[in-house]
Amino acid sequence: MTTTAVLTHDTVAVGDQLPVLTYDVTATTVVVGALATRDTRPQHHDFHFATERNGVRDIFMNAPNQAAWFERYLTDWSGPHGRLGRVSFRMHDSVFPGDTMSMAGRITGTSIDDVGCGWVEVDVVLQVGDRMCTTCAARIALPTAPTDNPWSRKGDQWQPQPQT
Amino acid sequence: MSTSTTDLPAEVTDLIGLPQYEEAGEFPVERGYIWTSCASVENANPLFWDDEVAADLTDGPIAPPTMLSTWFRPHHWAPGRTEQKLPLQVHFDLKKRLDLPEAVMTDNTIVFHEPARPGDILTTCQRLRSVSPEKTTKLGTGRFWVIDVEYRNDRGDLVGVESWTGFGYRRDNA
Repeated sequence: MTTTAVLTHDTVAVGDQLPVLTYDVTATTVVVGALATRDTRPQHHDFHFATERNGVRDIFMNAPNQAAWFERYLTDWSGPHGRLGRVSFRMHDSVFPGDTMSMAGRITGTSIDDVGCGWVEVDVVLQVGDRMCTTCAARIALPTAPTDNPWSRKGDQWQPQPQT
Repeated sequence: MSTSTTDLPAEVTDLIGLPQYEEAGEFPVERGYIWTSCASVENANPLFWDDEVAADLTDGPIAPPTMLSTWFRPHHWAPGRTEQKLPLQVHFDLKKRLDLPEAVMTDNTIVFHEPARPGDILTTCQRLRSVSPEKTTKLGTGRFWVIDVEYRNDRGDLVGVESWTGFGYRRDNA
């Protein structure tokens, strides 16, 4: 079995930076991402449709695939014990073939909810050079101790929305 | 996002808050797509590749949570189907009803509950939450709208709720 270190809630703090991920995006990245999410809308594989109908410079990465990139980025950091509760992202600009995208995250909040689940709030920015493409606010549960497993929580013991 | 009801056709305002397109996915959650998705973003999380890790942490294989919308996207083609079935049909209905030929998605929020597991067939329900007044962006002039999609598994458990913000528009120089 693959063994991984368990990142626990008590070892992270507001202001901590996640390691930056950079990736060279190609047309294949965009098309495979669209295919993997069963998104056959032409702006994600058809150059002429994207440029002539959407008025952008090339095909571009679709939203569900960006969600998958954010998940990969967050769980690269958290390890498999990390369990996503919520992601919310806004696409300000598109990611095109030829772009080198970078993802950078910073912890903006930590808390233990009323059922004992340890939460971490992370802001992630996806940029291409100086161009900010997507901003993402994520909420991810981390174990409160090496023996804790957020995935074991069900029903009322799992509260992925912050309490208001 | 504010809801404008004053300058919208009644056929649109009447849809706000109404559950629409309650339907089951056309195929079960399956591992081929799970691996294709992980490969597309080079996600090496052992939870999706190592069955022993999955057994230990999640009582067996699960799908990456962000794959939620994958499981309700219809086949590109199916026998007997004369028109392509579209995902998020409420979005395409709005484009037609508001005569806005182009559209992009701008925001996506997903709240994750029970994990989706291989073999699950998810049922979904779409709900129009709001439509904005007309706005002009660099793409053109149109409206923003928010659509919620709720996902449940065969056992009735809530798997997730996804909110999409779309911008339907007409290119200003078109």
